[in-house]
Amino acid sequence: MSLSGFITGVGLWAPGLAGWPQGQGVLAGRAPYEPKETPLPTPPLLPPAERRRVGLAVRLALSVASEALIMAGLLPNAVRAVFGTSNGDGAVLHALLETLSSAEPQLSPMQFHNSVHNAAAGYWTIAAASSMPASCVSLYDWSFSAALLAAMGELAAEGTPVLLCVYDVPLPEPLAQKRQTFGAFAVALALSPRPQPSALASLEVKFVPEPVVSARERPRNEAFHDLAEGNSAARSLRLLEALAREEREAFSLGYLEDARLDIVLSPCSRARQS
Amino acid sequence: MEPLVLTARTLVSALGVGLAATLAALRARRSGLRPCDFADIRHGYIGRVAEVEETVLPPALEHFTCRNNALAAMALATDGFAEALARARARYGPERIAVVVGTSTSGVLATEEAYRQRDPTDGALPAMFDFEHTHELGSLARFVRAALGLSGPALTLSTACASSARAFVDAAYLLATGVADAAVVGGADSLCRLTLRGFSALELVSARPCRPCDAKRDGLSIGEAAGFVLLERASAGLHGCPVALFGCGASSDGYHLSAPHPEGAGAIAAMRAALQSARLRPSSIDYINLHGTGTVANDAVEDKAVFAVFGDQIPVSSTKGFTGHTLGAAGIVEAIITTLAIEHGFLPGCLNVSEVDPSFRAEVLTENRNAEVRYALSNSFGFGGSNCSLIFGLAPSERV
Repeated sequence: MSLSGFITGVGLWAPGLAGWPQGQGVLAGRAPYEPKETPLPTPPLLPPAERRRVGLAVRLALSVASEALIMAGLLPNAVRAVFGTSNGDGAVLHALLETLSSAEPQLSPMQFHNSVHNAAAGYWTIAAASSMPASCVSLYDWSFSAALLAAMGELAAEGTPVLLCVYDVPLPEPLAQKRQTFGAFAVALALSPRPQPSALASLEVKFVPEPVVSARERPRNEAFHDLAEGNSAARSLRLLEALAREEREAFSLGYLEDARLDIVLSPCSRARQS
Repeated sequence: MEPLVLTARTLVSALGVGLAATLAALRARRSGLRPCDFADIRHGYIGRVAEVEETVLPPALEHFTCRNNALAAMALATDGFAEALARARARYGPERIAVVVGTSTSGVLATEEAYRQRDPTDGALPAMFDFEHTHELGSLARFVRAALGLSGPALTLSTACASSARAFVDAAYLLATGVADAAVVGGADSLCRLTLRGFSALELVSARPCRPCDAKRDGLSIGEAAGFVLLERASAGLHGCPVALFGCGASSDGYHLSAPHPEGAGAIAAMRAALQSARLRPSSIDYINLHGTGTVANDAVEDKAVFAVFGDQIPVSSTKGFTGHTLGAAGIVEAIITTLAIEHGFLPGCLNVSEVDPSFRAEVLTENRNAEVRYALSNSFGFGGSNCSLIFGLAPSERV
């Protein structure tokens, strides 16, 4: 059974993809992809004191989440949120592990509470003063697929807008020896259960218990292949390309080794395009 | 929501292996807590599952070996759970059964050990250490799915101490939307240095066995556990299944990463959302299993929230004096204890309480009580301000 909804906003940050307005041109193939040094975004909702407390992962997650909701015209305290990440905040985890293996294993209380896997979800709801639910989903390289499926299920079952926000940043050494992550990547989609005048595209997602064919999953632009293969959040690039090109497209996203999501994305004709 | 029947249940905690051992310990008011003897840590009390250290995963799943997955494997091998799954696979097909599980720290203990065995010259982690299948958060969902021979969607939820309660919410979505016909729901969290030392750093670990709701409570005791249920639609015409999930409510505090909202606003929102989802009034609830960690702040705020929603007429208790706070597994541990309360008409009173906090207004049970329970609610709250309330009741087919 397929799950359907509408994308009403998008947020994006990766090296060379600094927000949707710039990223859209690159993803649509109108501008070359140049993964150069890209200034970090400033999450608008997070007060300056809090910004200093959070690491790169949370900072990126909150920035793209705000970007998507601003585009969708949704208030941050009015949407349910599903976050997705495989690595979480590796810098915090590494610091704690280092301390735990030392002769003086006295942990920093703030680092410990920042180490929860749902830290971005927590900071998001705090910054938004939101009482809406915020979950956090993980599934290794398939964390985007899993979070998308969870968000689409929540959207269909609850019938209210859902924010999907998936991010992964590289783990520091020595964890990176065991888990390579290519670049930093954060993406957010504002999802609506019903058509909206401002909708960018409709989305249909179906779980299929058969392996993915890589040609149907890989980004169309070869320049994105390393990123899409090396960062669980960047597995969204094929979807983002379709959204940027404003073309109807059927493609797939892998879901564990033996399954996939079949996705159909159809652009909505929008007043503001004319 | 449409009620979902629990057609199989399994639980492993410091109270013992399986539902019968759990129920016997609750009835006997026998705590599973003991002085902390984990690793080199000697502060406070813990709820330790000693047998987990002898548990060996099947050869095909050896790469998943870590304390967390071993605990999950113990649960899967208990209470006929694997056999119930074999029947469900035959009934629905393995691709129609979802796995939705919660954990807060997954197999972090494996990474802790790997850090202690780093190469002294270049700092390299041991070659044998398999991060992907132990500590990475998806490990638990992947292990459970593989161990049960399933091929449907799988998710690991990690919302700190509300993780395995939140798993019920996402499983209910997958069933409501027809993505799956049945779901294995639950979770596991296991003892590790990170949480034992982390909660100590926050000064939240009691030197004594935790005393939820006591006037002199001074912190929690950490435990470990794994538990799972099989959820199926009540309309599937199943018989002999005593208990169903009737409602779920999730919310956020939106207040602080590790301190609860002072008025319990998020907790109130979660309990009200669960009642609404079950289409029940507060007066329909016969028992509340509290999150009740035994910290000064949690228990006081939760009491305020429970009183605001339910008043002072509904018996409430925390069972963390029995099991310890099993963190990401607390949701499934207390969900299963709540279903035992419904099935056996038995309310477990708080342990270790000399005097209930005189400021509390809810009706705190400090002794066991026999009483009919048609519907009961279980609370789970976690860091990040994540709240989740679940309502269980006698399954529709069991009602006269």
